Amino acid sequence: MDAILLQILNGLDKGSAYALIALGLTLIFGTLGVVNFAHGALFMLGAFCAVTLQRILTFSFETVDDSRTDFLGNPLKVETPYVEAWFGPQTGGAIIDWSVPLAILFAIPVMISIGFAMERGLIRHFYKRPHADQILVTFGLAIVLQEIVKYFFGANPIPTPAPESFRGALDFGILLGFDPNVIIYPYWRLVYFLFAMTIIGGVFAFLRYTTFGMVVRAGMADRETVGLLGIDIDRRFTVMFGIAAAVAGLAGVMYTPINAPNYHMGMDFLVLSFVVVVVGGMGSLPGAVLAGFLLGILESFASMNEVKAILPGIDQIIIYLVAIIILLTRPRGLMGRRGVMEE
Amino acid sequence: MVKSLKTRRDVLKSGALAGAGLATPVIFTGSSASAFTNEPTGATVTLGFNVPQTGPYADEGADELRAYELAVEHLNGGGDGGMISTFSSKTLDGTGILGKKVEYVTGDTQTKTDAARASARSMIEKDGAIMITGGSSSGPAIAVQALCQEAGVIFMAGLTHSNDTTGKDKKANGFRHFFNGYMSGAALAPVLAARYGADRVAYHLTADYTWGWTQEESIAAATEALGWSTIDKVRTPLASTDFSSYIAPVLNSGADVLILNHYGGNMVNSLTNAVEFGLREKEVNGRAFEIVVPLYSRLMAAGAGENVKGILGSTNWHWSLQDQGSKAFVQSFGTKYGFPPSQAAHTVYCQTLLYADAVNRAGSFNPCAVVEALEGFEFDGLGNGPTLYRAEDHQCFKDVLVVQGKENPENAFDLLEVVEITPVEQVTYDPEHPMFAGGALGECNPGA
Amino acid sequence: MAGLDARDTRFLLIVVALTLFTPILLQPFPESSSLAQFNAGYPDLMQRFAIFGIFAIGFNILFGLTGYLSFGHAAFLGVGSYATVWMFKLLSYNVLPGLILAVITSGLFALLIGYISLRRSGIYFSILTLAFAQMSFNLAYSVLTPITNGETGLQVYTDDPQYLLAEGGLTTTHIFGLAMNKSLVAPVGGWEFTFNVGYYFCAVIAIAAFYLSLRIFRSPFGMMLRAVKSNQQRMSYTGLNTRPYTLAAFVISGMYAGLAGGLMASMDPLAGAERMQWTASGEVVLMTILGGAGTLMGPVLGAGFIKYFENIFSKINDNVLHGWFAFLPDGLEDLLVTIVHPFVGKGWHLTLGLLFMLVVIFLPGGLVEVGQRLRRLFTRRGGTPDAADPRHAPKSAPHVAE
Repeated sequence: MDAILLQILNGLDKGSAYALIALGLTLIFGTLGVVNFAHGALFMLGAFCAVTLQRILTFSFETVDDSRTDFLGNPLKVETPYVEAWFGPQTGGAIIDWSVPLAILFAIPVMISIGFAMERGLIRHFYKRPHADQILVTFGLAIVLQEIVKYFFGANPIPTPAPESFRGALDFGILLGFDPNVIIYPYWRLVYFLFAMTIIGGVFAFLRYTTFGMVVRAGMADRETVGLLGIDIDRRFTVMFGIAAAVAGLAGVMYTPINAPNYHMGMDFLVLSFVVVVVGGMGSLPGAVLAGFLLGILESFASMNEVKAILPGIDQIIIYLVAIIILLTRPRGLMGRRGVMEE
Repeated sequence: MVKSLKTRRDVLKSGALAGAGLATPVIFTGSSASAFTNEPTGATVTLGFNVPQTGPYADEGADELRAYELAVEHLNGGGDGGMISTFSSKTLDGTGILGKKVEYVTGDTQTKTDAARASARSMIEKDGAIMITGGSSSGPAIAVQALCQEAGVIFMAGLTHSNDTTGKDKKANGFRHFFNGYMSGAALAPVLAARYGADRVAYHLTADYTWGWTQEESIAAATEALGWSTIDKVRTPLASTDFSSYIAPVLNSGADVLILNHYGGNMVNSLTNAVEFGLREKEVNGRAFEIVVPLYSRLMAAGAGENVKGILGSTNWHWSLQDQGSKAFVQSFGTKYGFPPSQAAHTVYCQTLLYADAVNRAGSFNPCAVVEALEGFEFDGLGNGPTLYRAEDHQCFKDVLVVQGKENPENAFDLLEVVEITPVEQVTYDPEHPMFAGGALGECNPGA
Repeated sequence: MAGLDARDTRFLLIVVALTLFTPILLQPFPESSSLAQFNAGYPDLMQRFAIFGIFAIGFNILFGLTGYLSFGHAAFLGVGSYATVWMFKLLSYNVLPGLILAVITSGLFALLIGYISLRRSGIYFSILTLAFAQMSFNLAYSVLTPITNGETGLQVYTDDPQYLLAEGGLTTTHIFGLAMNKSLVAPVGGWEFTFNVGYYFCAVIAIAAFYLSLRIFRSPFGMMLRAVKSNQQRMSYTGLNTRPYTLAAFVISGMYAGLAGGLMASMDPLAGAERMQWTASGEVVLMTILGGAGTLMGPVLGAGFIKYFENIFSKINDNVLHGWFAFLPDGLEDLLVTIVHPFVGKGWHLTLGLLFMLVVIFLPGGLVEVGQRLRRLFTRRGGTPDAADPRHAPKSAPHVAE
């Protein structure tokens, strides 16, 4: 019982990451109809927004400390971040410590700009091209983006810890009357879960309750008619692309303390995010979110020793197995719309 | 920077141009007139440096490449000579190898067996490389070693830690300077027992592929021999990025030590997640919970940041060692590149020097002569103390370092501190040890 | 000739000539020139061109004709490789049994996966094939290690049974005694040409594969597949069951992939699990689109293009760059090296990514369009070019959000 509860918690957390990534992708892929292989790269760029902010905050000046030596025997150059020099070690240190949450503010404008630039400069010209061409151009873009990141940040993972006050874990089991240490759950993952729910809720509310969202939804359903009504649907699609990029980016920012970012993390998540979106059903936002949580939880269950004892290697394939079963039993995934990407 | 053109071109420039033009076609099955594959006939000799330049191990590959360039510079008489001056064998005099200037070609293994073999084949077929070296994980290393055996060139393995490289997949043309999973276990277990007590209960999380399994087997055997028990061994998929669902049950399993048989990105993430779940602050069975990372890489440890503090593991070499060889190498590498070398850089630098020296001692580039010169070769001064290249399996036997994540690092490279240098006797095993049995070196293959 | 009209015959003959002279064509620079770095006429790469050409031709029979985009074709390549290496382990190094088994097993595997996946169309089909291939890869890398040798890759050990291996028989891959690694090296002038048995073996099979694909493209069966692509619904309404046709195309293209995988193992007797990873499946998709999906020659060009960059550009290091620009003054030399540096050696991915984008932006029909445009430039009549085969150029698919 406790083991199952534990894995549900883990699954919710994995699921919220999957759902968040899939949400951004489904806005572009499921609704704008662009097969965006650069979506993983957007997630990665978001994570590197956090790294960049950390670098900016720890931007340092050097002072030479003659009393100590470096590995070659030369006097040691001590680096002091400007932030610490300006605000004092206490406040400065705290600002650096909070660089990941602060990066949210940094990432929103950056990612929206990247999204705009991508849509205006490139994707726009591919709406009417075959999906094959979209795959090639966005795959090329993804490679270029990740190689640029590799050039500046290297290939190794970069540590981006959560703020001090969010490290450590909550003993969830005690609250529920279990023994200590049975169900533990890191604070940061709670934050991630709540953050994901907020973003998902925000995007849904935006599309449902604003005029803008209404027009976009109408445009997804029938672009031509909306255009005939004299509405500039193209500009709104650009905005949607920007929002999708921002959602992907924010998912990346908040994921950095869980998974130290590296330049190829986008490719690692790319296949998975496509699977989640398609299992959810093309063109359905709730479907993507639902599929994200479903796959996250099932993946957690599959990693349990008890399950692996019966089915060795099940955790290697669970996501794909579930995807196949769902797609074979439900023709358009969980909540897909008829006619989207079926030809 | 060494500025030069490649071997084949020079060969042809000097030799072939004169007699070419009307030359008749030559048939050969791998080679013909020459006694062995890619026999260097001109004034230069080409080595092939095959390292990951893209993919997750690209930074490790880049560091290996730096060390290779440094080694070539030193062999050709440039720079300060690095470890050539401390190396116990004195045949290297800065005039290249056997008087031939050393040149090199590079390739990208992508950390994939196919790509690694394609790259190695192009070095052998196109560039005329006489020796292939490199690698940053065991799969590609074993694959390229087998290829070199078939093609008839020498393979000097880079960073490969699997028992299989010199165990069931050993080859006559292949040599490994790096240590292996068995040695990690043998070196680490006594330190673990001394620090954490002799009756600990261990829980293994293991990367689900060959290297992970051999390390898991080695560590479990070594710790169990000292009184520990192993409560569970859980395999994790290679593609995992979030290990939460594997780590969460650990605390309630009755184990009080978590052993992470992961490397690279897997290691960074599993360690980060383990610390995130607060394992290190917990007490189980009345004792502090501990985490162990049997194979450390400083480059990768940097990715885990503060999480490595206090965590024990083993490593092949560390730049803070104070013997003459290590100091000379760190000085030379640090002066050229501005930061200390990694263990990957160290092992490939040693391999290059060892190969060059073996050729000089053998008086021939013939792979079989080189094999003979390296088998049973004893040397010192390359940073690991007295070392033996064992004839039976082409594995180097030397001291192993047990290291610990440093609590108060002084700079960005000061992540690990050496807590014990385990003497070579303690990590030596029988060539027919069950973990290594099943393979055969076979005959050396000169390719002709 | 051989069931082809005059135009196709000429086309086929051109392809045959190009294939046979590949060892010369790919070696345009004399060995002593500093551009010899760009020569690609060495056995391994030439073999790869032929093998990935077969893989892409086969993929194109499915994708180019029916429009079904499989994202799991690497699984069949991997199965073919494993089957072939197992034949080496059990019988002998003769490649023939291995290749036959590779085609059969991959065909059966494709039949199974195709039968299930073809119940869905569009993106749902793509994800189903992707899921099957990823499961195959993940299992091959881990729990199926006894069969696949996992991370290390399946290889032949000296203590393998090899029941048909005669005493003192060849211990390298061969076809009835003719070793694949046997080469004829001909130095001509400053050039050096390598004629390799393995390459010509692959080349002959590649030509046969190409011929078969040509026949399929021109056959009523091919016409039926194209009809599926243009409007499957209308086909169904006419009372025709399209499934057997698409399934046949899927199995044929799976067998092509298996053949390619078998050949890979025949040239180099080791089968790594990475061959089945989604990136490998993605690579053949990229090859086909890059070259020009639906055209006969395009996929082969795309395959050559990607393999060339992977093998040639990744080997250009700073040392080589300095060699090229050595004739310039030092400052200028260093500047040029600094500029070129990010795009070669470890940056070859970047160059490839940029080229993907440039090609798809400026050459919407893929690489074959270069040929078309050149031809249009030189012949005013703008006749139908053979190589480009415009009859089957991709038509832009309608857009969902429209």
